[in-house]
Amino acid sequence: MESPSAPPAAPETELRSSGSFFRRHPAAVRTLQLSGPVLWLVLAYIGSLVVLLSRSLFQKDELSERLIREPTLDNITTVLTGSVYRDAALRTLGIALAVTIIDLLIAVPMSVFMAKVASPRLRRILVVAVLTPLWASYVVKAYAWRALLDPVGGVVKNVTGSSPGYGVTATILTLAYLWLPYMILPVYAGLDRLPNSLLEASSDLGAKTNRTFRSIIIPMLIPSLLAGSIFTFSLTLGDYIAIKFVGGTSQTMGSIIAQYFVGGNDLLAAAYALVPVAIMGIYLVLVGRSGALENL
Amino acid sequence: MYLSTSARRLLALLTTLGFAFLYLPLFVVFSTSVSKGGNFDIIPDGFTTRWFSDAIGNQGARTALAHSAIVALGATLIALVLGTLLAFGLSGRRFFGRNTLSLAVVLPIALPGIVTALALALAFRELGFTFGFVTLILAHSTFCIVVAYNNVIARLRRLGPTLQEASADLGARGFTTFRLVTFPMIRSALLAAALLAFALSFDEIVVTTFTAGSTETLPQWILNNTFRAKNVPVVAAVSTMVILLSLIPVWIAQRVGDGAGNSR
Repeated sequence: MESPSAPPAAPETELRSSGSFFRRHPAAVRTLQLSGPVLWLVLAYIGSLVVLLSRSLFQKDELSERLIREPTLDNITTVLTGSVYRDAALRTLGIALAVTIIDLLIAVPMSVFMAKVASPRLRRILVVAVLTPLWASYVVKAYAWRALLDPVGGVVKNVTGSSPGYGVTATILTLAYLWLPYMILPVYAGLDRLPNSLLEASSDLGAKTNRTFRSIIIPMLIPSLLAGSIFTFSLTLGDYIAIKFVGGTSQTMGSIIAQYFVGGNDLLAAAYALVPVAIMGIYLVLVGRSGALENL
Repeated sequence: MYLSTSARRLLALLTTLGFAFLYLPLFVVFSTSVSKGGNFDIIPDGFTTRWFSDAIGNQGARTALAHSAIVALGATLIALVLGTLLAFGLSGRRFFGRNTLSLAVVLPIALPGIVTALALALAFRELGFTFGFVTLILAHSTFCIVVAYNNVIARLRRLGPTLQEASADLGARGFTTFRLVTFPMIRSALLAAALLAFALSFDEIVVTTFTAGSTETLPQWILNNTFRAKNVPVVAAVSTMVILLSLIPVWIAQRVGDGAGNSR
């Protein structure tokens, strides 16, 4: 049955077909949109990683310092078997793990309060309050902790009567402080998206606060928590400034890589840099399935 | 009421403590910047604006500030253009390689800073680049792209394609749709992205140290001067000014919409 009120088909097809070349070929648009950034990413970033990899396989002529472009596994064997490298890698991983756990413990209650308890007005102020410390110079914040933790006459010592001194504990505290906003922001964003109706349903069905937390909030938050942990992990593995300020004599992967690069030993630095790349690669693959990457 | 009163109180208490932790070091920096003796302590010993006038008159700090601003502007501009294009390209239908590409985009922030720094430095050296503004801007733009991409794609995902389709159905060509529909919808996301990218570049130190050559940025100036005891209060004054100035863009980003919450 033809309805008399149906619009004539002709103008529509005409309109569609009068579209430009790009309208008819969305794939062409996408290719154009993507070619610039992809070239950039491939050339500038992936290309640099390839150079990094190639350096880790090369050797230098001992006399002339010229690069010998014949691949060997000598550098990689050195960093995989040397106890200095293994100790620093394990120490760095331990620090990253501790920093991540501390930041999770601080960030979750803060984010729940901001997203689910605070009034919209207070929420806005608190989000600004989380963002503002990110604008304060990173170096100054690291230095501030050096001064605060000073075993002789630092604020922490004067107020509490003791200070952890400079070392691994001080490094964990400083890094947990520095990366806290990077954990709060994805966790808060995740909670903000979590509909209140779900929580109300849980409470209507008789769940107490604890149960709602355990069975609703935390499971729904896992992608956001993992996204935050990517930041805390990657930032910790890549840092060498904070350890310089508060680490005492302890070394991390970052501090060894930086020291080698400055000292002209860039081939060994490149080989050792593959270790954090491998760690983050494994971590990204493991958490990638949970949808954490979309929450970065 | 899905959270009991005692739970709300506990959360409020923990949040207060959390913010105290976040702000204690900043407060001590502020105290130092106005303290007469320039000592690093919670309570300043006397009040002076001397460190602020020293900071404003400091030629090294001013040059470093200008360097940082140039690098951050350049990197932000590149990142906005490329990040937005990438977001548009990846927001539509699934296609071969899309997931690989979305992973490649986040690599510069998912991989540790020192890896990015070393890889870029070795690549620039291999290509024979002179280390300075060009290498700094190129290096910073790699991680700033992610910020732009994340903000724009979050906005595009939330809005969906319906409005653009409506515009096309009403006969608008591609560019008209972009000018009248798409761009106004993503404008605030772009602003938030620009502010975040600028902030990220402005404060970056690891990649900067590896790719700067002799160009000193503000974070490097600060790093070099914290090791000179007499300059510490001047450094504190510079930092206090940066924090106070940064409140303006942070507040603007909040006013224009949700973008700033979705940082990095």
